[in-house]
Amino acid sequence: MTDDKDVLRDVWFGRIPTCFTLYQDEITEREAEPYYLLLPRVSYLTLVTDKVKKHFQKVMRQEDISEIWFEYEGTPLKWHYPIGLLFDLLASSSALPWNITVHFKSFPEKDLLHCPSKDAIEAHFMSCVKEADALKHKSQVINEMQKKDHKQLWMGLQNDRFDQFWAINRKLMEYPAEENGFRYIPFRIYQTTTERPFIQKLFRPVAADGQPHTLGDLLKEVCPSAIAPEDGERRNQVMIHGIEPMLETPLQWLSEHLSYPDNFLHISIIPKQTE
Amino acid sequence: MPLTFPPPTRETRSGIRACGDGSGSGTGDTSPGTPGPRSPQRMTPRNSLTPLMTSLSAGGRLQRSPWAACQSGLCLCRERCGIERMSATPTRKAPGGPWWTPQGRWSRSAVGPMTFCGPPSGRGRPWSGKESTGTTPKVWFRRGVNSHNPCGTSWIEMVGEMVMVNVGLNDQVWGISCEDRAVYFRQGVTPSELSGKTWKAIVATRECDRSHSGSSSSLLSAGCFFGDEVRASSDSASHDTDVSSEVERRDPEQPLPKESLDNPQNPNESSALDPGASRTAECDVENACPVVGRGEPTQAPGPSGRPAELPWTNIDLKEPKKAPNHSAAGLPESTGLASLGLFTLGLEEPYGADDHLLWAWVSGGGCAVEAGSVLKWFTVQSGLSPSVQTLSLSITPAQTAAWRKQIFQQLTERTKRELENFRHYEQAVEQSVWVKTGALQWWCDWKPHKWVDVRVALEQFTGHDGARDSILFIYYVVHEEKKYLHVFLNEVTVLVPVLNEAKHSFALYTPERTRQRWPVRLAAATEQDMNDWLALLSLSCCESRRVQGRPSPQAIWSITCKGDIFVSEPSPDLEAHEHLLPCDQMFWRQMGGHLRVVEANSRGVVWGIGYDHTAWVYTGGYGGGCFQGLASSTSNIYTQSDVKSVYIYENQRWNPVTGYTSRGLPTDRYMWSDATGLQECTKAGTKPPSLQWTWVSDWYVDFSITGGTDQEGWQYASDFPASYHGYKTMKDFVRRRCWARKCKLVTSGPWLEVAPIALGDVSIIPESPEAEGHTHSIALWAVSDKGDVLCRLGVSELNPAGSSWLHVGTDQPFASVSIGACYQVWAVARDGSAFYRGSVSPSQPAGDCWYHIPPPPKQRLSQVSVGQTSVYALDENGNLWFRGGITPSYPQGSSWDHVSNNVRRVSVGPLDQVWVIANKVQGSHGLSRGTVCHRTGVQPREPKGQGWDYGIGGGWDHISVRANATKAVRSVSQEQEAHGPVCC
Repeated sequence: MTDDKDVLRDVWFGRIPTCFTLYQDEITEREAEPYYLLLPRVSYLTLVTDKVKKHFQKVMRQEDISEIWFEYEGTPLKWHYPIGLLFDLLASSSALPWNITVHFKSFPEKDLLHCPSKDAIEAHFMSCVKEADALKHKSQVINEMQKKDHKQLWMGLQNDRFDQFWAINRKLMEYPAEENGFRYIPFRIYQTTTERPFIQKLFRPVAADGQPHTLGDLLKEVCPSAIAPEDGERRNQVMIHGIEPMLETPLQWLSEHLSYPDNFLHISIIPKQTE
Repeated sequence: MPLTFPPPTRETRSGIRACGDGSGSGTGDTSPGTPGPRSPQRMTPRNSLTPLMTSLSAGGRLQRSPWAACQSGLCLCRERCGIERMSATPTRKAPGGPWWTPQGRWSRSAVGPMTFCGPPSGRGRPWSGKESTGTTPKVWFRRGVNSHNPCGTSWIEMVGEMVMVNVGLNDQVWGISCEDRAVYFRQGVTPSELSGKTWKAIVATRECDRSHSGSSSSLLSAGCFFGDEVRASSDSASHDTDVSSEVERRDPEQPLPKESLDNPQNPNESSALDPGASRTAECDVENACPVVGRGEPTQAPGPSGRPAELPWTNIDLKEPKKAPNHSAAGLPESTGLASLGLFTLGLEEPYGADDHLLWAWVSGGGCAVEAGSVLKWFTVQSGLSPSVQTLSLSITPAQTAAWRKQIFQQLTERTKRELENFRHYEQAVEQSVWVKTGALQWWCDWKPHKWVDVRVALEQFTGHDGARDSILFIYYVVHEEKKYLHVFLNEVTVLVPVLNEAKHSFALYTPERTRQRWPVRLAAATEQDMNDWLALLSLSCCESRRVQGRPSPQAIWSITCKGDIFVSEPSPDLEAHEHLLPCDQMFWRQMGGHLRVVEANSRGVVWGIGYDHTAWVYTGGYGGGCFQGLASSTSNIYTQSDVKSVYIYENQRWNPVTGYTSRGLPTDRYMWSDATGLQECTKAGTKPPSLQWTWVSDWYVDFSITGGTDQEGWQYASDFPASYHGYKTMKDFVRRRCWARKCKLVTSGPWLEVAPIALGDVSIIPESPEAEGHTHSIALWAVSDKGDVLCRLGVSELNPAGSSWLHVGTDQPFASVSIGACYQVWAVARDGSAFYRGSVSPSQPAGDCWYHIPPPPKQRLSQVSVGQTSVYALDENGNLWFRGGITPSYPQGSSWDHVSNNVRRVSVGPLDQVWVIANKVQGSHGLSRGTVCHRTGVQPREPKGQGWDYGIGGGWDHISVRANATKAVRSVSQEQEAHGPVCC
């Protein structure tokens, strides 16, 4: 039987094989070969694609290069969403490798945030961590940490160092002995079918009667359409990190084990493929 | 995070019942506090427990637990050691069953040494803890026991002494060691080898023993030694008393030391002084080796490496009333007395060094450990696991729940799906590279402070932007637990070699460590090893900060008491009026060479003076010394040597019969000692100050000591310690004689000798970069070691060494000189008075005459420093004075205004910025002597400033900010405006 710690490792070391291709309308001096890379699911696109950028810039003229952005099947990819979430949400049903198109022109201002530097990613990441801790511990844990610890979280993510990250992150996953879990579970539910970017509400890990809340309880409460069987058959997949946990899974456990490094449970609701 | 043995949860109630029975009978017949004698009754708990546990095993194997009791009476349980899960699972919940209170005390039901034989549980292999000859409980194994021959064949003595042993379901053996009372597990027990292989300690810590890793922020404000009151000569002794009042750093195993928080300390009183601590501080770089101190109390901090109880022996019985008065007025060498009044505090320290749990009883009868399974009980699980296990326990019944299985299964499938066919793809994030690992020693953070062996690894990353960043990991073991601390090298502000006569050691500071006054101290086995580490770490620090090559002309230079040279690139924020850069964040890198004094100006001219008074000029190179290869320039590095003397004292007491003899009173100081008398320094036993130095002469009597000597070099006094004079009177019962021995150091650095005149002080004119007319030569003044005032001609950027000396006549020998930006030359004579040199200008470089300026009342000045317009002087008692009333028409000024005490050295720069070396600065964890401090709030209209900002230290002896004319952009115009009319 496996240890729960192994879940954390599996989550951390999740990789998505990706094929980057340059957008056909980009002007190049010679032909741009596709670039293949294993992307960490828990990281961010602009954090791990320096190699991609270098690769394509080699065949381009300096004046044709402005800020890099990525697109999958016509959808611009938000760098501030974790890679695993983007994949689950948009591409989980497609064949691997994941085909991402690389753009250097016509930045889609209304769809994407600019990412001028790694500092922007760090700032976004840290603000998510802080928001999550505000929900979990009224920010007490994150505020007690030193700047060094914050940096270690970020460095751990940036350098793909599981131990370095979890040495600090474990503190964010603790809760007082007298409680049965966090104050609120930091989660975001994403759907491709709605305009709304995501659902985020206050939800406690334990019900008033002391029963642990499950993933099903959460969805029933905040996103009933995801699981409501309209004609008996469930039409949606509920996916986290490329897997579909059972709706009976306790939410607290999920939060502790299947949260992304930003300490949020990013849950994708995907219409079921009709075979 | 250590594993913990928390109280059990509801899920283990069957186990609790068993244990509760046991505790009941255990309580009844054991007197508190004493381990019980060997008696049959003592067996009760286990006897009643074991069958129960065994029968449990028949019911279900999931809830079995080994149990143990510790001597403090806490009953603890390791949970859920079922077949499937070998790791203990601590919980944070403590519901407490009907037979159990979470903190259930067994009223010290310590189980004493016991013997047993026979099958305690399961099929039972015979193990016996038996008292053999004497009282050492040996462990015996009965060979040949099987179903046909239940008696076995013979006893085999096992290695290891155990208070008790216990055998589990699968013949696994548990024991409690005699030696450290830790719980041990017999490794290697298999059906074929029932005796196992080795004892292995189980890391067993209570929840409450977890280290609280948060930073203990200090209540103490740094630098409370600074004050406005004028320090008079009479109490000069009090500031050299060895009050290393260091806030105790907690042993990670110890509970929170409440006393250090409840007890607000006044560092001036050093109320929390611990003799051990005072000793440890001596290992810091800050402490110039006492024997080198030459009898000047300010430079001889005190008793290094001396046993803590020795201060008692130095109390003079004739003056018992003086002893508790540790202001020590009139006792110039009262170093030991300061700690006396507080010594008891140290003794009452409630937490011992070795405060780990003492276990008394263990039962593994309910625990089936499968042979060959990998156990995780022997090491502290790296931070992660305890929390993870904590978490998993919150929903314990779900351990085998379908949802959990499904998650594991799906994750495995996912990995297979997404990775299996794509393993040849490149990873997006390259893993970091381990650059260097090695074995060093580390001065541990907890008491008793000592050098412990550590593994060290420098891990270097190449960031996405190509910048290097590195982390230094220091792996240590405390109470059998493996732990580590790590330092980001881009946070390191300085790596500094430490003066230590026995070890090759260095200290590593971050801004936080600087505030704590508690660096990471590391020592290497050999000089080469240390130099390798220093060079590599230093290079990594420089790389991560992108600092390299020759220091800029504006660089700030400083020197430690070890003679090592450091340089820092000033940021414009350093002298800003608002949002100024805290000076503990300045990054210092080392330059090769060995100096006592360094002075620079903003045109890149840098001069230095060695301990042997040799004058040196900077060549423009960098590196040298231990910095070779990448860290060093290929040219402009030359061999440099330095010589200094080590002084020891021969002490004698008058005996009516035989005259002066080397037999003192029992209470007397050592007959051969350092200047303070606290440390024994024999001719044979005294070593050079560090391993870099070698003796180059034999011991000789030093006649030049202050106070004078008779023909044989003796100085007399009524008693130790007192003021000495060079002639004997009827009242003189003791005498002493100073012996000196020269030692030499050879190193290399970017320095060339300026022969032939030896110097005592040097000053180069500070210039702002915007100053016009770089055509004229750079004014440089110096004082020779004989006290002559000299002016160097022909100094320029291209010829920083200049061409010749011009002698400036004086009526008496001088000690210090400084030239300001407007050619104001100030000097201090050896009698302690100041002089102003009139009419110095580029065309008249030596000026025309001296104007005598009396020192502040009852003070003797020792140093002067002149910036653009400000003139600061330092007296022998550490007071810093500002010269008031200076105007262009009356450049001598009219008064001395007291600014601060606690100052050892001052440097005033071209922006009239004031930097000093402070005598003592209190940090949150330690006290540092010789600390770089920056005067804050210095404004054109307020040249005296308002307060101090504390930088690197201790152990710093000298700083020169006279090259730094880098202004914050915002304030340039404002300052020029303000300075304009006053200047020149």
